Amino acid sequence: MTGYSNEELDASFAKLTDELEHSAQQIAGPDGVEQFRLEWLGRKQGRLKTVSEALLKNAPPEARKSIGQRFNVLKTQVEELLDRATNTGVVAINPAETIDITLPGTQRLLGAEHPLIKTMHEVVAVFQSMGYSVGIGPEVETDYYNFESLNFPPNHPARDTQDTLVIAGQERKPLRDRLLMRTHTSPVQIRTMEQQPPPLRIVIPGKVHRNDAADATHSPIFHQVEGLCVDTNITFSDLKGTLDHAMKAFFGSSVKTRFFPSFFPFTEPSADVQISCIFCGGKGCKKCKHSGWIELLGCGMVDPAVFGFVAQKQPGYDSRKISGFAFGMGVDRIAMMKYGISDISQMYSGDVRFLEQFA
Amino acid sequence: MKILTQWLRDYLPGLNAPDHQLAEDLTLRGIAVEGVFDLGPGNGSLFETDITTNRVDAMNHYGVAREAAAIYGLTLAPLDMKPQETNPGTPGLTSATWVSAPPGVTIEAPDLCGRFTARVLRDVHIRPTTGIVAGRFKLLEQKQISNAVDATNYVMLAMGQPTHAFDLDKLQGGIVVRRARKGERLKLLDGTERTLDTDDLVVADEAKALALAGVMGGWDSMITAETRNILVEAAWFDPAAIRRSSRRHGIHTDASHRFERGADFNAAPIGNALVTKLILEAGGYQQGEFIDVVIPEAERRTAKRPAIQLAVSEVQRLLGTTEDGKGISAETAEQVLSALGCTLKSTEKGTYLVTLPSWRLDLEREIDLVEEVARVYGYNRFANTLPTFAGTVIELPHATRHSTVRELLLASGLNEAVTSTFCSAADAGLFAPQPGNSVAIGNPLSAEAGMLRPSLLPGLVTATEQCLNRNISNMRLFEIGTTFSGSTDRVDEKPALAFVVTGAVPASGAHHAARSFDFFDAKGIAEALMAKFQYKASYVDAVLLPAWLHPGRSARCVVDGFTIGYVGQLHPAEAQRRKLKQDVLIGEFYLDRLFALPLRQPRLQELSRYQAVARNFSFVLPNSVRWEQVANSLQSLAIPELLSYTPQEIFRADRKIPGIDEQHYALLLSTVFQATDRTLKDEELQAWSQRIIDMVQTLDGKLRS
Repeated sequence: MTGYSNEELDASFAKLTDELEHSAQQIAGPDGVEQFRLEWLGRKQGRLKTVSEALLKNAPPEARKSIGQRFNVLKTQVEELLDRATNTGVVAINPAETIDITLPGTQRLLGAEHPLIKTMHEVVAVFQSMGYSVGIGPEVETDYYNFESLNFPPNHPARDTQDTLVIAGQERKPLRDRLLMRTHTSPVQIRTMEQQPPPLRIVIPGKVHRNDAADATHSPIFHQVEGLCVDTNITFSDLKGTLDHAMKAFFGSSVKTRFFPSFFPFTEPSADVQISCIFCGGKGCKKCKHSGWIELLGCGMVDPAVFGFVAQKQPGYDSRKISGFAFGMGVDRIAMMKYGISDISQMYSGDVRFLEQFA
Repeated sequence: MKILTQWLRDYLPGLNAPDHQLAEDLTLRGIAVEGVFDLGPGNGSLFETDITTNRVDAMNHYGVAREAAAIYGLTLAPLDMKPQETNPGTPGLTSATWVSAPPGVTIEAPDLCGRFTARVLRDVHIRPTTGIVAGRFKLLEQKQISNAVDATNYVMLAMGQPTHAFDLDKLQGGIVVRRARKGERLKLLDGTERTLDTDDLVVADEAKALALAGVMGGWDSMITAETRNILVEAAWFDPAAIRRSSRRHGIHTDASHRFERGADFNAAPIGNALVTKLILEAGGYQQGEFIDVVIPEAERRTAKRPAIQLAVSEVQRLLGTTEDGKGISAETAEQVLSALGCTLKSTEKGTYLVTLPSWRLDLEREIDLVEEVARVYGYNRFANTLPTFAGTVIELPHATRHSTVRELLLASGLNEAVTSTFCSAADAGLFAPQPGNSVAIGNPLSAEAGMLRPSLLPGLVTATEQCLNRNISNMRLFEIGTTFSGSTDRVDEKPALAFVVTGAVPASGAHHAARSFDFFDAKGIAEALMAKFQYKASYVDAVLLPAWLHPGRSARCVVDGFTIGYVGQLHPAEAQRRKLKQDVLIGEFYLDRLFALPLRQPRLQELSRYQAVARNFSFVLPNSVRWEQVANSLQSLAIPELLSYTPQEIFRADRKIPGIDEQHYALLLSTVFQATDRTLKDEELQAWSQRIIDMVQTLDGKLRS
């Protein structure tokens, strides 16, 4: 120790700290820890003992306080290092135990959810949060539920838009009883209304089939989510508000919706719904064919004729007293858009290279 | 359909909106313009429109112009159909003066043909089309044939009425509209010869059928360069009749498309006049009277339908709130419907009697008028409101079981697949739980998709086959889906779960020795699945194994007496047939049976404060003794403190261990003992160990020395 000014004390204690750290690094094994303890904290020969004796004895009274503070910091450091060495430093590490930590980790692989099923669940969840219960129905339907009760009269041109896969051997049955692969999830609307009087809010996910030639965007097998809301005083503006809210919940609050007239035999008025392009925000890009809009849903007010069919079994569906709306969307298209899938057939291929990407 | 804006503007002299604005406004009102193509200076634009099937009235230029007039509140110009002066030298011709021409028109099938108009044109000149018609055909890329044929096509594009021009000199006697005779033959304009049936409607002369009514004209009476005299036909045919013929013969034409959707009953005379006018521009004259046969019954069903009632309150009840908060007013409703051609008579306050235009057969009910009001007013001018609801959300009965099973499979590292609903007859035969109980598709997409899948395995095994063929050898897939059984009379749908694993178990690689999936991995999935449910007893056996499973490496899973599924290795014969060169492990579970069980509700077993003690035994057992017997015997010892017992290792003769021959195996059994109320004493452990050794001796086993 050379002097007692703050600068001189700083330098002295910095040197001591360096020595302390060096000494701590040299600790090897339990013996080393004890040696370290004796070197610094030993009652007779310990460095702290000698430092305190040498400094405090000779220091002028006015420097004692500042020396004491520095001494206490040093002491704490010694104790901390000793603690650490006692807890961890007791096992000597053999350099041969060192591993190459840059090798890939071992993962417990989880299975990947199918993008279609995941999307379908997400859409359903949005409507569940808006008070809709889930409904399902058979994939093999009768002509009555798939067409007639949804106001597709026999031989009506509207049937042409839904090329149908039929079950073999139906020719001798009356048309309404003939079995076919449902072409949409809408039959479940009828089945549900027949079971339950209004008010009703139901969301219907499901697999549907059409006799369509397969290409990149068409598959004879695809999925829909359908919804139905029936109550007194349900209006077209309620339909608009509901779908606008649902699209914002699903795609984000900045998404806008736009409705324009369409035709479905089971709704009137009928509408197609576009959302502002989720890729460009409506400015126009390749994904939305530079229109700024993406067509996503079909919907409309339930046609009174549909209520008429249902009322045969469930008289509560009197179109003069209640009203309702229905909507439906293709899940495949939404999933394809969301995950950048360009070929729909990949979703039904069971190709692990495709599926694993959604883990 | 293609629409020229210059043509639209002919009918809408007051239209100022530029083409792009017009396209947008039409689209938002239901006339979907999907493409707008600029045709160069002075030519306007071409709209590619997609008109919904119910709006046959808008499948022509005049109809689209009418929509635009309603949207913008413009006046629609009348169709100019005054023919130029007919031959001044032969005034006052009547049908009686027809020379060797049809004396008239007879409708023998008044239920199928509601109106028929005819006009005779003489000394016409057949030549290529010129002028506006030719110019517009060019812009539309419409094929030009001759002025007479082009006139009929032009008029259809102009105002929607299909018409037909016959070569009058090929006709014998008067026109008869009748049902075809069974087996009657007719060569059509497309050159094909058709055999007709009794519910085909034909336009005929006294001798023969001339045309398949409303679908296509006949070859023999078509207009040729030599044609001098023409009969112009414009008619109204019953939609169902035209649709029937069109479908039976597989001919879809612009004419059939319009007739089968319901043409305008009053358009026939107008269409006829317009065609006449165009043909006569090249010369010739009209001879005799214009013939217009109207079937009153058909007219009552179409052009003279009774007026329908419209209550403004109903419009408001169904449409709700508008953005301006006012809702739809009586004035708005009246304005829109008038512009579309309806006539409104106010009966009492807020109620109208609405007479419907002849060209809108799709309007039949009050709701149809409500839609028209909403459509033309503009959907996007309605507010977005949310309905209130006092009900509750009800989950599907098996929703939790379903998600539990799905999450278990995902957590087990299997990827979720969705495969085809259909399979081949061979696969249906192999994988059906009940043979001969599969359902065929009447019009399958392909031979490989001829049956409804009786099992999920055909899809998964096919996917496996395709992946292995692409040298992707590690697969872990599951599917939850519907399986089908029954007959063509009744189809039963049941939920099922199937999985396939093959190739390397994940997490093998640089750090861990590689191993392939084997039977016990598949069985492990089955055990984990069953463990999610609450039941009294379960076991596996190899009884009644299905044909798709390896008879020595497969198991039936039984829970509370019901078979709930199968797991094991794909049968080597099937693997060979599909050229699979590695072991494929598969399983299928009947979820309807599994879902009949409640989910297991875990209950905590109090943790013992006393030390557990492990005891290992090395036994030699005859090969005939299976683990199940050892486990059952251990169970029967009824030692409450025996906490667990596991087969730690199995050595067989192939491991070349002393004392183990071809007839015996070594079992390293590890057991754990624990009491909840005390520390176990040595004597106790000794006694239990001895009981275990004694038990194994009764199974012809012994401790390894």
